[in-house]
Amino acid sequence: MLIPCPWCGEREDNEFTYGGPAQVAYPSDPEAADDASWARYVFFRANPKGKLAERWVHSAGCRRWFNVVRDTVTHQITPA
Amino acid sequence: MIAEAVRRSPFAGYAERFAALSEATGGELTIRVLPFATQLNLRMDPKNLSLVQRISEVLGFGLPVTPNTVGAKGDRRALWLGPDEWLAVGPDGQQDELTQALTSAFNGALGSVTDVSANRTLLEIRGAKARELLAHGLAIDLDPRLFGPGRCAQTLLAKAQVIVERRDESGFVIYVRASFAAYVATWLLDALAE
Repeated sequence: MLIPCPWCGEREDNEFTYGGPAQVAYPSDPEAADDASWARYVFFRANPKGKLAERWVHSAGCRRWFNVVRDTVTHQITPA
Repeated sequence: MIAEAVRRSPFAGYAERFAALSEATGGELTIRVLPFATQLNLRMDPKNLSLVQRISEVLGFGLPVTPNTVGAKGDRRALWLGPDEWLAVGPDGQQDELTQALTSAFNGALGSVTDVSANRTLLEIRGAKARELLAHGLAIDLDPRLFGPGRCAQTLLAKAQVIVERRDESGFVIYVRASFAAYVATWLLDALAE
């Protein structure tokens, strides 16, 4: 799989490290959040079949984080 | 008895085997362990144009702001490592002098200069077969149209993270982390056999 790094261009996936789904909103009022809502924030993810926004870091290259949208069925990547 | 601190290249034990293999290929491929170099990690904001100007004056050439390119003049060069990160390379012994010159060029702007000379060790791979050898372990396209002289890339050579710099049409320099040197050396010798 080739992943498009916004700085270095397309590189093989073994140069990258996965950072989980992107756009997971931090609790708006963390002081008031109870255990259940923290658990939901920390552990619960949508796991869709289809397009998923993800975080990746070009760990063997320029070491910069970026977002892409990957289709979990076809692995087709479109820049976020 | 006082022990004397002697600097030894991580590739030192392989120099002879490289030389012998280079001879065996009849000059089609030479691998040479390069001498120690001054290597400084430079971090700063490239959008601060007056700072880029001042740093460029210290280096003697324009700081490369295009991803994966190299700026060079004489024996000094700067490799793009990230949007706000560079590796300045020069002859050994200039560490303090260059660090001081670059630091004073900041003139209050945010940034850092760190001496990383002992971090990576340099290996030159040169000759008509150089590209073919490296292609055994590099996933990037080494075609001169995409990766010509003046280009560099951080990528994986076999399983080791390296910086590859194309010096000219047939010459590459790889910057290998000291602890990976033995692995890269044995991998290269093995790949040479193919």
